[in-house]
Amino acid sequence: MQTPNNAQGKPLRIPSGKRGDRRHTPKANLSGLYQRAVREAFLKLDPRNAVKNPVMFIVWVGTGVTALVTLDPNLFGTVQADAGQQRILNGLITIILFFTVVFANFAEAVAEGRGKAQADSLRSTRSEAIARKLLPDGTIQEISSTELRRGDQVKVIAGDMIPADGEVIKGVASVDESAITGESAPVLKQPGTDIASSVTGGTRILSDELILTITSDPGQGFIDRMIALVEGAERTKTPNEIALTVLLTVLTQVFLIVVATVSPLANYVQAPTTIAILISLLVALIPTTIGGLLSAIGIAGMDRVAQFNVIATSGRAVEACGDINTLVLDKTGTITLGNRLANEFIPVNGHSVEEVAQVALAASIFDETPEGKSIVQLAEQQHQAKTTFDPTQAEGVEFSARTRMSGTNLPGGQEVRKGAVDAVKGFVRSRSVSSGDSRGGTISAQLDAAYEKVSRLGGTPLAVCQDNEIYGVIYLKDIVKPGLRERFDQLRRMGVKTIMLTGDNRITASVIAKEAGVDDFIAEATPEDKIDVIRKEQAEGKLVAMTGDGTNDAPALAQANVGVAMNSGTQAAKEAANMVDLDSDPTKLIDLVTIGKQLLITRGALTTFSIANDIAKYFAIIPTIFAAAGIGSLNVMGLKSPQSAIISALIYNALIIPALIPLALKGVQFRPLTADQLLRRNMLIYGLGGVIAPFIAIKIIDVLIPLA
Amino acid sequence: MSVAREASRAIRVTLVLWVLTAVIYPFTMIAFGQVVFPFQANGSLLTNAQGQVVGSALMGQPFTSDRYFNSRPSTTRYSTADPKKDEAGILKTGVSGASNLAPSNPALLDRIKGTVDAEPEKAIAGDLPRLKEAGIQPTADLVYTSGSGLDPHITPEAAKAQIQRVAKARKLDTNRLEIMIVQHTDGRFLGIFGEPGVNVLKLNLALDEMQTKS
Amino acid sequence: MLQGWFQIALTLCIIAAITPILGGYMARVYQGDRTVLDRLLNPVEGLLYRLTGIQTQEAMTGWQYARAILYSNLGMALLIFLIIANQGWLPFNPTGVGAPTWDTVLHTTISFITNTNQQHYSGETYLSYGSQLWGLGYPMFTSAATGLAVGIAFIRGLTGRPLGNFYVDLLRSITRILLPISLVGAIVFIAAGVPETLAGTVVIPTLEDPTVSQAIARGPVAHFEIIKQLGENGGGFFAINSAHPFENPSPFTNLLQIVGLMAIPTSLIYTYGIFANNRKQAWLIYGMVLVLYSAFILVVGIGEYQGNPAVNALLGGQVPNLEGKEVRFGWAQSALYAVSTTGTMTGAVNSLHDSFMPSGGFVTLSDMFLQIVWGGQGTGTAYLFAYLILAVFVTGLMVGRTPEFLGRKIEKREVVLASFLLLLVHPIAILIPGAITLAFPDQLGGISNPGFHGLAQVIYEYASAAANNGSGFEGLGDSQPSPFAIAAGATPTTTALWWNLSTCFSLLVGRYVPITALLLLADSMSRKQPVPLTTGTLRTDTGLFIGVTAGVILILGALTFFPILALGPIAEAFQIAKGIG
Repeated sequence: MQTPNNAQGKPLRIPSGKRGDRRHTPKANLSGLYQRAVREAFLKLDPRNAVKNPVMFIVWVGTGVTALVTLDPNLFGTVQADAGQQRILNGLITIILFFTVVFANFAEAVAEGRGKAQADSLRSTRSEAIARKLLPDGTIQEISSTELRRGDQVKVIAGDMIPADGEVIKGVASVDESAITGESAPVLKQPGTDIASSVTGGTRILSDELILTITSDPGQGFIDRMIALVEGAERTKTPNEIALTVLLTVLTQVFLIVVATVSPLANYVQAPTTIAILISLLVALIPTTIGGLLSAIGIAGMDRVAQFNVIATSGRAVEACGDINTLVLDKTGTITLGNRLANEFIPVNGHSVEEVAQVALAASIFDETPEGKSIVQLAEQQHQAKTTFDPTQAEGVEFSARTRMSGTNLPGGQEVRKGAVDAVKGFVRSRSVSSGDSRGGTISAQLDAAYEKVSRLGGTPLAVCQDNEIYGVIYLKDIVKPGLRERFDQLRRMGVKTIMLTGDNRITASVIAKEAGVDDFIAEATPEDKIDVIRKEQAEGKLVAMTGDGTNDAPALAQANVGVAMNSGTQAAKEAANMVDLDSDPTKLIDLVTIGKQLLITRGALTTFSIANDIAKYFAIIPTIFAAAGIGSLNVMGLKSPQSAIISALIYNALIIPALIPLALKGVQFRPLTADQLLRRNMLIYGLGGVIAPFIAIKIIDVLIPLA
Repeated sequence: MSVAREASRAIRVTLVLWVLTAVIYPFTMIAFGQVVFPFQANGSLLTNAQGQVVGSALMGQPFTSDRYFNSRPSTTRYSTADPKKDEAGILKTGVSGASNLAPSNPALLDRIKGTVDAEPEKAIAGDLPRLKEAGIQPTADLVYTSGSGLDPHITPEAAKAQIQRVAKARKLDTNRLEIMIVQHTDGRFLGIFGEPGVNVLKLNLALDEMQTKS
Repeated sequence: MLQGWFQIALTLCIIAAITPILGGYMARVYQGDRTVLDRLLNPVEGLLYRLTGIQTQEAMTGWQYARAILYSNLGMALLIFLIIANQGWLPFNPTGVGAPTWDTVLHTTISFITNTNQQHYSGETYLSYGSQLWGLGYPMFTSAATGLAVGIAFIRGLTGRPLGNFYVDLLRSITRILLPISLVGAIVFIAAGVPETLAGTVVIPTLEDPTVSQAIARGPVAHFEIIKQLGENGGGFFAINSAHPFENPSPFTNLLQIVGLMAIPTSLIYTYGIFANNRKQAWLIYGMVLVLYSAFILVVGIGEYQGNPAVNALLGGQVPNLEGKEVRFGWAQSALYAVSTTGTMTGAVNSLHDSFMPSGGFVTLSDMFLQIVWGGQGTGTAYLFAYLILAVFVTGLMVGRTPEFLGRKIEKREVVLASFLLLLVHPIAILIPGAITLAFPDQLGGISNPGFHGLAQVIYEYASAAANNGSGFEGLGDSQPSPFAIAAGATPTTTALWWNLSTCFSLLVGRYVPITALLLLADSMSRKQPVPLTTGTLRTDTGLFIGVTAGVILILGALTFFPILALGPIAEAFQIAKGIG
């Protein structure tokens, strides 16, 4: 995990190091992108397409009108000036306006092209396959994977491509998911478990066979949705984008009225002007820069998410990432390395360390979790403990969120358990399931002392017992992922609060919370607590993001404003979430916040820039076209002539669109600063810069162009 | 709520508020003014020794002769008219008004400097030639028309510029006139707000009064 | 010159000193807290509620609030129209004036009910005392109270409260704020020389030439004058408004008039601060407007002080431009008054804007285009915050969050309402009729000054109507002949008819469309779940953000009208600098 070096507000690079290396997704093929985009840019001139963008449509119509007055300058009333000169000027205006539209189309086409390339690489995982559909009578019918419907059952055998997203209902098999996740090691899939029961269409089964229930209709799977989104074809505008479009449309209408009414005014003061010049004024004033780049910004935002190996089901979800107030994070796997390791055995009640090791070993013999394995390892290697019973005669008791214990029922009827200290305390006092008698165990102060000790160290204490006798405590050490503290600090500066959820007790939780630098934590959390925390935060008007993988996370994922399901998680969790992380890396949530913010900032920055440009354009055009009114002194830029002023302003107006395409696609650099710092910084660059830049640029163009 | 109920409530509110603000309030104030401040409430009218109204302390009158301190030019001639030739009905109601000439309007300059025209009726006399003829050093207030057309004041400078002429016409001591100007100057409010102005009517009334007495 | 700036600065200090007092009082009134007048006014209001049938507890939605305004204003307008149209036989008509033309009555009614008081008539010659008392004094209270109610409902919505009840707000605005101050103010005005009488015109022989008579117009002026200023109405009793020695006899009354017209719009920003529990933000916004306002005063003041170069050349020295100004006010108080009256949408004048230097035209027009350099009664403050919302939206994205104001997200609906309200209404109500008029200047214009100033005259008239200001470049031939003239055989003109009707369009569009939009905006803001403040939230109470807002106001608000300003006052300024010829 790379630690971004940005405590001093240096640019936060979206970490790409290790995670990037891990990516095996076929890389988007970008060759020929620009040639295709140029062709697309012209194809998009189709009026049915052009009308979708009101700002650029005005330019499009304006181009048509100036083309007409190029053919006949006196079409809309006699113009006093020499017709030949008028024709040249109008012709130039027509050409520039035409290219303004083409450039805007080009911006959109490039963004779409990149999206398409991304989509193609995703789609390559979705080649059509033959599915073996299991009919109710048990027979198998071979059909095309596209004909599968939700709820169908299919059988896949080694070597098959899994035809669609599904849930394993029978069988155990290893599956190669590298096409999607980039993880080359095969994953074991089996029914009933939270993590390993869901399969994704397009992955390949390597061994054995599985019976699946299909969970999505064709074209409705995650990948299909993502393809549609990154291609921009199915793109619905996000709320912010809609609101911005409204503002841009209103501004366009305003300037339409301004320019339409300026003609009688100019005539009244005997400073008449021509229709081509009025259209030039209009085009210069309406927000063409942002109007031309708006959809490209949106598509590029989705594209960035996809590049990050996250599948979003809507643009709205990506935008919402920027608005997140609270991140609800599971401790395990997100904040700490998934595996806690057994570090020490602490005996109580007069038992020896060896005895504790012996019981702990017995309780962990069936435990396949890293913790369990580490206990076995510690017991065997440090304390020479041996298994004293025949494991084939014993019965493993699995951990459950409710009992918060696991263990073994020995062949002799003894029950050894290890688990959360209060759970084990409860166990030794509870009624035995087998005998029905109360076990009648007692709790010593020593136990509490050991528990306290481990907790204070930030470890997880697991009590071990055999029947009613508590032998001691296993100290499981939690390891906080490196670099997280800095990231949480950044989040805090950005106003995002982090809440850690853990099944640990309060003391342990508080130590880890402090070490990791989260703002708040919920200890001894049950799955229900997760949804409660989200509801509570939302009741205060906050937007909450969380990650989850298990089926019991599904309600919380659905409740959260941004729910990111791990690809390794169950189908239910993925259905409930609005994003799926193909890498199953919960810390990615933090990066998603950054991507969301970057999207919004880019949009805001270019809007501000576009509007701020108007000042310079006004000062270029108004004084020169109304020079007859004696306001030539307002020509502060000292532009050569009215013709040159108009052409320069229009050239600037056209060229600024392609000039900003890289920014629109890459996004404005995001720095983890407070809102005030961000505003100051971006206002300086895009606000003040937007006022000044065009003055300089227009003047330079005016000097360069050979126009009298 | 039904349209009818909404409308009826609107009408009731309309009428009740009308009684409050358009009947009770103004008539209370009129009664108060007439009882407590009858002089001001009736227009600050000045009367002569015979009890006849000679003008309002707040309103100027046209003065152009040498015997009087001249007042500012007025587009409404200070709401005056010859009673025998009052076709415009000025004397029915009284009027107020300004030139509304823009600074860029050539008519403004014409009015100030006067024009010569082949047809004498179309020629404009001009304030500047008039002042020069009367031997008055022109000041801004004497060439620019006032806002109300009823401005009771001239600037102290404009008054001082007329001392010589009035003193000559009335055979008065200039010092005496200077004192009278000071006496009839309305100063700034609290010495801060507004501009000092010499009340022309009151000054001229005082002149007449002084000379009829003597 | 220094003395002039000093008196202006002192006036601003007085206004700023009143702000927290009146602002705090208004907050208590509209929050229903105890005030000093409770003992006296509670029974009075109780009676009024019973008489009017107002349900004080009834809360209104934005749309209900707007509808209540439309219904009540329609009722009031009908009453006013009937009173003026029948003034010929109604009592208190000592001058025996008949009814003005129907279009004049219509325009006057709409102009007064919209808190504009644009006057296409002269008070002395067109209206009876009865009409002034009953017809015009009345909407001066109700239209101002309507504006205040809108302003307060908007503030309530913005700060997450229910909007309240229009009728209660209307009534309390009158009984708690407008009427008590008016009672005191009217007494002061009478004492200071403003007439308050039912007696008619006095006709006397003039001192210099007894064959010439002077007619001294009088009337019940004082009570009218105070509410004219306080309610940002601005409709003068006499034709020449506050330049008339009976409306504004002295520098003292002038000070009162300026303080009167500034008091409520300035204080309402402070009232907002109390509602939002963020006085810092209120003062910052106040400061922003104050800076704009001071800059405007400076521009106008310098122009008037330096005077008209052409006239200066004739007089052989620099003198202030006193054309259309009264000696007692001079250039300083005239400039201050002009900026204040156009900025606050009062529209009263103590000097004639038509005769101001082009810098005066530039500023007075800008004041009305922006509508927030204090702005209209209640509505100005609301506009100010609508601009803040727009600024939040434009720049707020740049901090990487969905823009929010006071913890409430600005989404499509808010952007639709705010941008429409702030950006689109004005061009529609000003530029479109203005362009029509200027396309047919001879048939429709009635323009009295040539060239660029003539263009400004037309635009000023529509801007004044749309912004509900009411002042004018008064040379414009927008009046029908007076009832006396009509009785003497004069015929109504199409020019005046066009002006009366086309400005009615601007008046109505400029008043009721924004009011409805404001209330709907407030309504939708009030229904939003507030988001708690974090360091990631764009703070709207910092100097930085308020500075950004000023930029947004100037760019979005002023850019629209830059061509007009360029072809009007700016071109006129260059023309004068070059020499008139």
